[in-house]
Amino acid sequence: MAVAAAAPNPRPASAARKLSRYFHGHPRFSIFLLLSLPLLWLGMVYFGSVGALILQSFFHYDGFSGKVINQFTLENYGELFSPSNVDIVIRTTAMAAAVTLASIVIAFPLAYFSVRYASGRLKALLYLAVILPLWSSYIVRVYSWKLILAKEGIISWFLAHLGLTGLLDKVLQLPAIGGPSLSMSMLGMWMVFIYIWLPYMILPIHSSLERLPKSVLEASADLGARPGQTFRRVTLPLVLPGVVAGSIFTFSLTLGDFIIPGTIGNSSLFIGQAVLRYQGTAGNIPLAAAITVVPMAVMAVYLLVARNLGAFDAL
Amino acid sequence: MRSKNRAPLGLSLAAIGAILFLHIPLLLIGLYAFTTEDAAFTFPPPGLTVKWFAEAMQRTDLWSALSLSLKVAAFSTALSLLLGLLAAFAVHHGKFIGKEAITFLVILPIALPGIVTGIALRSALKIMGLDFSFWTIVLGHVTFCIVTVYNNVIARLRRTGFSIVEASMDLGADTFQTFRHVILPTIASALLAGGMLAFSLSFDEVIVTTFTAGQQATLPIWILAQLSRPRDRPVTNVVALFVILITTVPILLAYQLTKQDEV
Repeated sequence: MAVAAAAPNPRPASAARKLSRYFHGHPRFSIFLLLSLPLLWLGMVYFGSVGALILQSFFHYDGFSGKVINQFTLENYGELFSPSNVDIVIRTTAMAAAVTLASIVIAFPLAYFSVRYASGRLKALLYLAVILPLWSSYIVRVYSWKLILAKEGIISWFLAHLGLTGLLDKVLQLPAIGGPSLSMSMLGMWMVFIYIWLPYMILPIHSSLERLPKSVLEASADLGARPGQTFRRVTLPLVLPGVVAGSIFTFSLTLGDFIIPGTIGNSSLFIGQAVLRYQGTAGNIPLAAAITVVPMAVMAVYLLVARNLGAFDAL
Repeated sequence: MRSKNRAPLGLSLAAIGAILFLHIPLLLIGLYAFTTEDAAFTFPPPGLTVKWFAEAMQRTDLWSALSLSLKVAAFSTALSLLLGLLAAFAVHHGKFIGKEAITFLVILPIALPGIVTGIALRSALKIMGLDFSFWTIVLGHVTFCIVTVYNNVIARLRRTGFSIVEASMDLGADTFQTFRHVILPTIASALLAGGMLAFSLSFDEVIVTTFTAGQQATLPIWILAQLSRPRDRPVTNVVALFVILITTVPILLAYQLTKQDEV
């Protein structure tokens, strides 16, 4: 052991050793030193920019000159309540809610299966199958649905073989969720959103199920509850924090996305696209900033509720 | 402990369905990279060919996008390793007010929608009169990559505890010796895993990048352009397959390296 060998050697204190002693004697200073770089980056670059953005949402935008004037105003927030913007906010929030609900429904059985019935290699495999899409290839995964939803693509092929093409056409004729084709409908967009954010729902549910002691379930059964009753009255309430933690992600990520609504679906705008449009071509940063405050505010409320439900422990 | 009984059929089917739902789309990309069609996505593909791979190899715009993406990912990973490591140490070893806030601070850039980070950085750059460059892309990527390093390192530090550090100090090692000979070997694999996740995250990030890249095209930006104006469909399929492979390998390695940290 190199360390042990170096110890009994009584040599004069080197610079490194002096410095080391100084750190040891001044723990506060050492912590400050350790934290200064990360804090400088996250605190100044990230929060500085986000803070400046929020500040700009209170500035006046002169539509004629296209310039931002540093003058306090609430007009951008007033603009938020214009019919077209309210429309965008409602559409996006409704989509985020629908995506979150569907993700819970799909994620729960998989997480439950993995925790209760899988072990060893199968469990590890299932875990990998979930984290791989979580960390990788967002844009490629969106792209893959271009292939799937195409008129000549796999869904149409599959439905044609089942003789269900007529059913698809009927569904696409429905107002609000339909469209000329799957890739140009809200239904298609909803499917893509679920696909992209699903892993973010599975993992927290999985980890809160994992923490649910088996003894609690056995106690419930011993007290005479049927499996269904145990599930509803014991499992579900205890796993709720995990579900809420997962929905923080699915909800927030859907709210801010502009690539999926720009690729799949019709031309009706979502929050992310509106932000992109206002800040880009018009240079109306104040209004764009005010719109980004919407997902931030929704998330702040959501996070507060989630914290009271103990969802942070399930992250 | 091996008292796992058989799952109800409905549950098994639902679980299998979810896994298929997550993975069939990626398999399809693998299939379409070989299709003979160049303007449609007919399923099943009318024929298979490898000519698009050769065509993709000759595209200079792809090579420059790839090299930009790799450079950005390399620098972002290096900076995230440094910053994540420092933050994890401070939070693990120190006692100070606002310790929980640090964890929150690190997670926030990845929990908030990318568009918030993106537009905030862009308007900050504009205010400060900075032009878009290679470094503005890295600046954005590091903010959300720190979390992967931080999480992996802190999980490892928590698992190993503080006693080996104390033992090393008791045996006369100074802070730097302890770091080099005791701490670094224990956290090395966690650090590596965090770095690999950071690399994958940075390599295929597109939302924040659209705001901080200006006219530069990373590989994901190249794909994004193809999404709105499809010009080279077969080549895009090849690129997509390539991106899947290049991001999957680091994630699998990271998983191998940190398996024991999963409690």
